[in-house]
Formats: sequence, C-alpha cells, structure tokens
Amino acid sequence: MSFLKHHKKIETRATLLLVLSLVVVSIGGIVEIAPLFYLENTIEKVKGMRPYSPLELAGRNIYIREGCYTCHSQMIRPLRDEVERYGHYSLAVESVYDHPFQWGSKRTGPDLARVGGRYSDEWHVDHLINPRAVVPESIMPNYAFLMDTKIKPETARPLLLANARVGVPYSADMLEHAAADLKVQVDIDGDWEEMVARYPKAQVRNFDGQPQITEMDALVAYLQMLGTLVDFSTFKPDASR
Amino acid sequence: MDVLKIVFFAFVALIAAMAASFGLDQAYILHALIIMAVAFYLFLRAVRQFGEPAPVVGTGYQDDVVRAGVIATAFWGVVGFLVGVFIAFQLAFPALNFDLPFTTFGRVRPLHTSAVIFAFGGNALIATSFYIVQRTCAARLWGGNLSWFVFWGYQLFIVLAATGYLLGATQSKEYAEPEWYVDIWLTLVWVAYLAVFMGTIIKRKEPHIYVANWFFLSFIVTVAMLHLVNNLSLPVSIYGSKSVQLFSGVQDALTQWWYGHNAVGFFLTSGFLGMMYYFVPKQTGKPVFSYKLSIIHFWSLTFMYIWAGPHHLHYTALPDWAQTLGMVFSLMLWMPSWGGMINGLMTLNGAWDKLRTDPVLRMMVISLAFYGMSTFEGPLMSIKVVNSLSHYTDWTIGHVHSGALGWNGMITFGALYFLVPKLWHRERLYSDTMVSWHFWLATIGIVFYAASMWVTGIMEGLMWREVDAQGFLVNSFADTVSAKFPMYVVRGLGGVMYLAGAIIMCVNLWLTATGARRDTPHAAMAIAAE
Repeated sequence: MSFLKHHKKIETRATLLLVLSLVVVSIGGIVEIAPLFYLENTIEKVKGMRPYSPLELAGRNIYIREGCYTCHSQMIRPLRDEVERYGHYSLAVESVYDHPFQWGSKRTGPDLARVGGRYSDEWHVDHLINPRAVVPESIMPNYAFLMDTKIKPETARPLLLANARVGVPYSADMLEHAAADLKVQVDIDGDWEEMVARYPKAQVRNFDGQPQITEMDALVAYLQMLGTLVDFSTFKPDASR
Repeated sequence: MDVLKIVFFAFVALIAAMAASFGLDQAYILHALIIMAVAFYLFLRAVRQFGEPAPVVGTGYQDDVVRAGVIATAFWGVVGFLVGVFIAFQLAFPALNFDLPFTTFGRVRPLHTSAVIFAFGGNALIATSFYIVQRTCAARLWGGNLSWFVFWGYQLFIVLAATGYLLGATQSKEYAEPEWYVDIWLTLVWVAYLAVFMGTIIKRKEPHIYVANWFFLSFIVTVAMLHLVNNLSLPVSIYGSKSVQLFSGVQDALTQWWYGHNAVGFFLTSGFLGMMYYFVPKQTGKPVFSYKLSIIHFWSLTFMYIWAGPHHLHYTALPDWAQTLGMVFSLMLWMPSWGGMINGLMTLNGAWDKLRTDPVLRMMVISLAFYGMSTFEGPLMSIKVVNSLSHYTDWTIGHVHSGALGWNGMITFGALYFLVPKLWHRERLYSDTMVSWHFWLATIGIVFYAASMWVTGIMEGLMWREVDAQGFLVNSFADTVSAKFPMYVVRGLGGVMYLAGAIIMCVNLWLTATGARRDTPHAAMAIAAE
C-alpha cells in the first residue's frame, strides 16, 4: 500500500486534485459514447426512414411539451412479450431524426413506438379528450384543450430549419414549402401529391374532424405515423453489434 | 464601478423587456419578465446605494450565505415533497389532473424531480459545501459576494426551470429538462460555484485537503461536464424557449443516460458523501474510520460511476457492447459504494451507544443504511435478466426513492439538525422528541413507498410477460394499470408521512433558530434508556 503515501501529493495540491478528478471522470464517457458516432453497425441500413413532415414534427413538439415521455416509452425491446404486444422490436435507425430521442424510461402507459395505424383517428381524439371514455382503467390526464389550440403554419419553417442545422436532411424544397405542407396534410381535397412525394407514406386527412388546424390534428398525425416508416423486408439483423 | 453596475442592470432590464415583447411562447415571455423584474430591482438598489462607501468586508467564516442556504433547503424540500405527494395521488386518482394544461402529470412530474434533486438537494449541497469548506480549510469563502451570486443565481435557475415546466418549456431529457437559456444561466452560476469553492481551497491554512472536499470538488467539476455535454442544443429562435438537441436517437439516448446516471452518481452520491464525511464524524465525535478506504473508494467511485449509464438502456437499440460495458461497471460499482457506507458506519466504532440518545445521529446512520441498500439494489437491477423485468416498471421508481428519500433526504435532515443550532448560535435543538417523530415518520414512509413499488413493479413486470398455454399474452395493458391501484394509494400515504416528517422538522428548526427550547436534553433520555 505504498502508493497511498504518494496520495499526499494529490491531497495537498488543489489544482492537481481537480485535474485528476476530471481526467478520471472523462474516460468512461469517451470510451462508451464516442464510438457510437463512427462504428458503422450502430445504425442499421434499411429503407423507408424519412424526416418528419411539418405537421408530424409539430405533433412531436406537443408530445414533448406535454411530457408524454414521462409515462410512455418508444422503445420495444427484443423480448417475446413485447414483440407480441407492440410489434417488431425498435431499431436504432427509427429514431435517427429524433432531436432529442423519445425512448422514455417508464411505462405507466403502454409503449407507443408502433402505435401508428393501430387505432382510428376518432379513437385517438376521443381518448385524448377523455381517456376513460374509451379505456375505463386508464389513469392518463385529459388533453381536451388540444382541440382548442390552433397551429400557426408559419411556425413550421423555423422548426424545420433548426432540425436541418443539427443534421436532419431537410432539403431546400422542404424548407420552402414547410408552411404549405403543414396545411395541406389535413386537407384531403388539397394538392397534397407533392407533399407526399417529399414525405413518402405521409397520411393526409382531417385528423380531428374540425375545420381549423389544431394541436389535436398535429398530435394525432404524429401518433398515427409512429413506427410505420421502416420497410422491414429490407432489414437484416446484425449477428453482433 | 457603481456607474458600471447601474448601466449594466439597466441594460439587462431593457434587453429582457425587449425579449418579453418579441417572445414567441408563454414560458419565454414569463421568463423575460422575471429577468426584467430582477434586473430592475438590482438597478434600483444600485442607484440607491450610489456613492455610499463600500460595506466593510467581514472577517471569520462567511455564514450568512450558509444560513440562507439552510432556509432554502428546508423550503424547497417541503415544496418538492408536496408536489411528489400530489403527483403520486394523480396516478391513483386521475381527476386530480384538473383538465388544465399546467396541472397535468406530464408537466408536474419534471417539477417534482427537479424540485427535489436540484432545489432541495442542490441547495443542501451548496450550503453544506460552503460551511464545510470554510471549516476544513480554516479560511473564509473566497470571492466576497460571489457566494451570494451563487445562492441567488441558483434560486433564479430553480424558479425559471419550475415555471418553464408548467408552461410547457422542456427539452424532454429527464433531469435536464430546462430549456437552452436556463441551461446557459446555470452554467454561469456553476462556474461561479466552482470558483468560490476552488478559491477557498487554494487559500486554505490546512496543508491537506480534507476528504469531504475531494468529493465536493469532483461533484462540482463532473456536474459541469455532464451539464455542458448533455445540453448541447440549438434554439429554434432566440425569442422562443424551444430548442433542438445537437445529437439524435441512439447517441442522444446514451448521452442522456450518461448524464442521468451520473446526476445520481455525482450530484446525489459524491456531493452527499462530502456531507457524510463531515457531519458523521462531527456528530459522533470520532475521526473517519479509515483514511486508506477513503482514498480507494473515492478514486474508484469517481472512475467507475461514469461508465454505468448504459444500464438504463438494456435491450434497447443501443449496441450490445455498450450495454455489456455498462452492466459490468454497474456491478463493480457495488464495491466502492459500500466502501463509502462502511467508512461512514464504522466511524461510529466506540460510539454506537450514542444511537440510543442522539436522534440526529440516528438519522445519519439510517441514511447510510439506505445508501447501502439502494447501492446494492442498483447493481442488482443493472443485471440484464433482472432489468428485462424491472425496466419500465415502478420498481425503478421505488429504487430511486429509497435512494433519494432514504439516503439524500435523511443525510440532509441530519445536516440541517446539526447546522441550525450552530449557525443561529443556539446551544441545542428546540426538541429532540420532534426529531424522533421525524425519524420514524420518514423511515416508515420510505418503507411504505419502497415496498408498494416493489409489489407493483414486480407484479406489472410479471403480468406484462405472462402467456397462457397456447402462447397468447394473458393480460391487456389496462389490466396491469387497474391492478396497481391499491399500491398507488399506499405509496401516496408513504409520501404523506415523509412530508409530515419534513414539516415537523421545519417547525423544530424554526423554533430552534428563534431561540425557543423544550426541556428534553440528551442526558435525561440517556438515563431513561438505561
């Protein structure tokens, strides 16, 4: 235990103690996090992933704002019961455009990673207005106020731009049409073909049944697309990663 | 200098007023108005004090800022526990969400976690570290009024974070929810905190740096690193609270849990071990059990904790190698954690009889017991097979609370009971009986909490995975929700008991500070126990 005698050098020099602490504490993070940015098999190569449409992204912001992540995960683990209950286990690539990620840590409510297409829009609207009207056991808060808050289409572009700046591949075309794309996604009679060409598989309809574009529209549009993008026929699991 | 101050505060008030008028969302506008009001108050104060001679700088220990910190700790503690009780009952009785945006569980839950970790825990750490560093260095706090900037700046951070959550400003990263400008403000306050702490150590009169200060120093510097990296984000507009994170998906997830787990590891462990290493020897009147053990467990804890983050992401889309690394280090972490517990408990060697007569010491000892228990439970839950059951369930919530209520809460209560008579120059506490009441209410409350969460957590974990003979899932998700109801009520009651104990503490401390006393000295109790 002679090395303990040398500890005197550290505990009589404040700066040395500070620097050594910082060095010791940096190592783990560097070893674990840094490789995720360059190891090629970290993110799977599959077809179908695309950035969120402006309306979906607005819905995602509401999901974040209301703290949905405090009770709902978006990460299906490769365990038998989870795959049975929720669908194919989640891939890393499915959250590649999520700044920040929404994997969550708690299931007070069920996982939502593949909730898209599982229920009708009407179910989602009824459920968000009063969860106990459709699921008597539910302990989720009521979100009726989402029906009354309108979304301003001009807020879409700055949001897309900020996402583009941190690496989401929004093209100049997408940025230019952000507001129009947001509006047209709730308008089945509008010219939505170009929007769907920019955002394949985007679902176009009036989600909440009201004439104006509300936060309910955006949130339901987001929920209805969750987990629907990846084409699993192009997915080959890596033997080890 | 005075002119400079006046101009600066006027400028800040003006900028804040402009920001408020251009603001894009409620949280941003309210925050701009709060900052404007604070700057305007400081401006007025600077004008009124213009030309007055500078106040005489005190000598001796600077304890007024510690006194303020003690009051803030007790206040935010009660607020945090109260909000916790409220959201616990929301989960049992959803009508308590009141159909208002800012009273829904999703917005109030971050308020609870931040109030308890950062407001209660943070103030406790700042106050006790300022007290301890002065005593163990035999030096006055460095930087004059900079320590007051740390105190008030930190309170402003808490107010901005809390009001922001209720109005929907959140990054959605657990325990790092405050938006970009609040993060920037906290960075400034934290750098000042490091400067005050480091400055005081540098001008110390003792040759050696006391072990408590190693822990405080590593806590301050590590939290700075974690905060900076995990909050790298780009504002959507400088006139709005919304920002997007620099990282996405899997990288963002591991960065978040590298942060999240080490908020536990350094904020709630290293910092609080600093408290333990001062107050336990003080209260027992014995030196720390083992100097060697302090060195070994300090460096191993500091090195290993940072690796444990991936155990929050077992079986997720995080690559397996990272999960395995996280699990291995989490298991190893058991040893340095128990090193700290053993060093604390064995400090009582030759003074165990004091447990009978000294309820404050009892509080510190039970906190170490809970520390030992939760640092055993943690490695257990980080094992992948265990985690496959426990993850996403209430078991995690129970685990966190046995650590937070048991370890962090109890050691802080012990420290407050130690500090208040000293800081307000009273011979002893108003009432030791009230400390005993607090002790039992808190302890039984934690048992209610942890036990009910073990039951619901393991139950729902098993119910989710239950399949029948044909291989079909037996339970719908809703079945598991309704099955948990009775235990959610028990958990809420445990919270009520813990809160009641804290309120008794506040009364006791208040009466102590104002000089009242009841005649229940230690000696009388000792004789009764013989």
